Amino acid sequence: MKHVRAGLFAISAAAVLAVALCSCSGPRQQGPAPSVLNRGLPSDPESLDPQKIRSVQAGEVLRDIGEGLAGYTPSGDLIPAAAESWTMSDDGLTYTFTIRSEARWSNGDAVTAEQFAFSLRRLVDPATAAFNAHLVGDIVNAGAISSGEMPPAALGVEATDSQTLVITLNQPTPYFLSLVTYPSTFPVHPGLLAEHGGAYTRAGTLPSNGAYKLDAWEPGSVLKLSRNEQYWNNAATAIDTVNHHVLTQEMTELSRYRAGEIQITGAIPPDSFEQLREERPEEMHIAPYLGVYYYGFNLSKPPFKDNRPLREALSMAIDRDVLVANITGRGEAPAYSWVPPGVANYEPRRFAYAGQSQDERNAHARRLMVEAGYGPDNPLQIELRYNTSDTQQRIALAVQSMWRDALAVETTLINEEFQVLLANMRAAEVTQIFRSSWIGDYNDAHTFLNILQTGNPSNTPLYASKEYDELMRKAATQVDPKARRLYLEEAERVLLTDHPVIPIYFYVSKHLVGPDVVGWEDNVLDYHYSQHLSLASSDATH
Amino acid sequence: MLRYALLRLLGAIPTLLLVVVLAFLMVHAAPGGPFDAERALPAEIEANIAAAYYLDEPLHQQFIRYLTGVLQGDLGPSYRYRDHTVSELIATAFPLSLKLGATAMLLAIVVGVVAGSFAALRRNTGLDRFVMALAMTGISIPVFVIAPVLVLLLAVKLQWLPAGWSGNEGAARFVLPVIALALPQIAYVARLTRASMIDVLASDFVRTARAQGLGTIAIVRYHALKPAMLPVLSYMGPAIAAILTGSVVVEEIFGIPGLGQFFVRGALNRDYTLVLGIVIFYATLLVLLNLVVDILYGAIDPRIRHR
Repeated sequence: MKHVRAGLFAISAAAVLAVALCSCSGPRQQGPAPSVLNRGLPSDPESLDPQKIRSVQAGEVLRDIGEGLAGYTPSGDLIPAAAESWTMSDDGLTYTFTIRSEARWSNGDAVTAEQFAFSLRRLVDPATAAFNAHLVGDIVNAGAISSGEMPPAALGVEATDSQTLVITLNQPTPYFLSLVTYPSTFPVHPGLLAEHGGAYTRAGTLPSNGAYKLDAWEPGSVLKLSRNEQYWNNAATAIDTVNHHVLTQEMTELSRYRAGEIQITGAIPPDSFEQLREERPEEMHIAPYLGVYYYGFNLSKPPFKDNRPLREALSMAIDRDVLVANITGRGEAPAYSWVPPGVANYEPRRFAYAGQSQDERNAHARRLMVEAGYGPDNPLQIELRYNTSDTQQRIALAVQSMWRDALAVETTLINEEFQVLLANMRAAEVTQIFRSSWIGDYNDAHTFLNILQTGNPSNTPLYASKEYDELMRKAATQVDPKARRLYLEEAERVLLTDHPVIPIYFYVSKHLVGPDVVGWEDNVLDYHYSQHLSLASSDATH
Repeated sequence: MLRYALLRLLGAIPTLLLVVVLAFLMVHAAPGGPFDAERALPAEIEANIAAAYYLDEPLHQQFIRYLTGVLQGDLGPSYRYRDHTVSELIATAFPLSLKLGATAMLLAIVVGVVAGSFAALRRNTGLDRFVMALAMTGISIPVFVIAPVLVLLLAVKLQWLPAGWSGNEGAARFVLPVIALALPQIAYVARLTRASMIDVLASDFVRTARAQGLGTIAIVRYHALKPAMLPVLSYMGPAIAAILTGSVVVEEIFGIPGLGQFFVRGALNRDYTLVLGIVIFYATLLVLLNLVVDILYGAIDPRIRHR
């Protein structure tokens, strides 16, 4: 028996040793090396081809490895980028950009006005199948090109010489400059694109006109970038290497942050929020963000069709303060308007009831319910659809109980996979109330108000108000920013009176930023270019 | 034997075809499309995108187009990873999943068999109960609990091992995922080995061997281990399946770009081609594995030889 024990011991020891060896053979990483920035990215970019992107994540990476005509300062102010200057004609219809003579691609080629024109034409070309073609829909003929009625060459863009780009618009577009900061309008290198085709975006092939270039892309894992020596403003770039780690799980990202493997997170898990607030208050960056979380009504069917008092009552009875304090709990602001606070050159309107206490609102809402034909004897029965997720569920449960307590409404909660919910929202057949959200494309009230115009594809409540559409149309043709602003604000007032949606809260951006990261500034766009950051530890070692 | 293998392979073709048809119909039947998002697109742009991926064709035409591609070895472009083809993604993801799964499997067999035999030889002692209690714990605690605890302890607190995958190099980043993946399997293998070893040790031929004066080591090594391994070998099939599904969770938690992660993301994103590609790949793999297990069975037990 002794032998057996010895033999078995030997075998187990060998197994343990094998595991131990396995763990020792790799060099142990002692935290990030100097001048390397590791950032968390909530999901893979779907593409690194500027004209093919769609997601926030792709935009984040592209802002490091590309550059548009204009860009932003760390605090979110618009500044010249690949274009050193521009002028706008008096009628607001023509923009003339002057491209920097020193702007270079990572392979040394000059960045030219013609490349920008080529890329804008490519964006609206049906053959590109670009998601964001509609972003430049205000450029002359863009819509007709997208729908195949005109050739891409007809687009209102022209390179009059290698450094001058002239863009002509259908109507004054005060936010046009913020559109040319958008990565979808970044230039591609036409020569290399023709040479490599589908392999254009591969590491080693993809040229960059931004502060960094792509060294490696492992889908589902990491994008490795290094300093672009040819970049016109390379002297101002502090960090040599930037790794964007694809971390879809917020808890995994947090573990890696705690282990010192990444210095900037893309999110903060809700369950760890309070703990982190105590442990690392200095590292938490919570800031207003251009996004609204809302419940939409299906206005094409009963009970909400042509029943404004009912919609208003349901909107009033939601105690948003309780929701943001106890459920979302990460600094979100309760929403009493449709356009978030902090939008440039705009003052959001507010619900008429915004100044009342919740008790007053509930009392008012009960009167409205009676007016709408419902009461304790004839309770309203509705279905609320939301996509499967912990936070969505908790909010839905709270709203269900608020409606029940205040208005005796019987709400059936239906959770659906996100793609299923989207399909149901679009079809507008089975939906009554649905959860949705809207994130602004640019820092202008138009990006929020625009989607509720009749016929807009994102107008899932199917809101149709002649008054609203007319105000939006008037705003669109205004060159004078003050007059335009008044039209937009009036449009929002109409919207808030009609209650096609229940805005619930405004989003915040949430990041953990390591103590060694210098130059981070919170901004409403939540854009954080790596080229604006530096590392305290690397300054010490250099 | 060769003829047997070839016949089995030929027999697999209708199975695989059925898998392709069913999978194709199922992914297309799932509500929502690959390019739906909260941000709806103007109709003409949606049409352009649908046309670029042939989604505007009738379903049977899409299927014929897809099948033609598959038969030529082309699994198509991924809808979510617009710069990559499905074949490319599988080619980079599978070796990772394989490495992860195979290491976990090896660990499970070695540690499980050793612990199980040990428990069998020391039946009903404190040690036996300790090993079996440990095994029971391993079976009961799900991977998605074990993995974060391991990370918290060994990576965040003690800083012995990397907490995640990307950006770390070498074998160290494999250790935690492999352990998390192997633990439940170690437990199963240990319990199976123990039960089977106890049976074998009580059988007549072992008594005969003992009567001939053989020591316990020799009996286990030359006589008992092989027959005691049969149930463990049968369990390899389910074990591989469990490791495949377990790897989905482990890959997700550790952020490992393996097949499991692409499969889950593909399904959620309605990345039709990616999901189909992985299903076809897995199905082919399973058919081949089944065949290998059958052949191995014959090799280990002379009573079930194939003619």
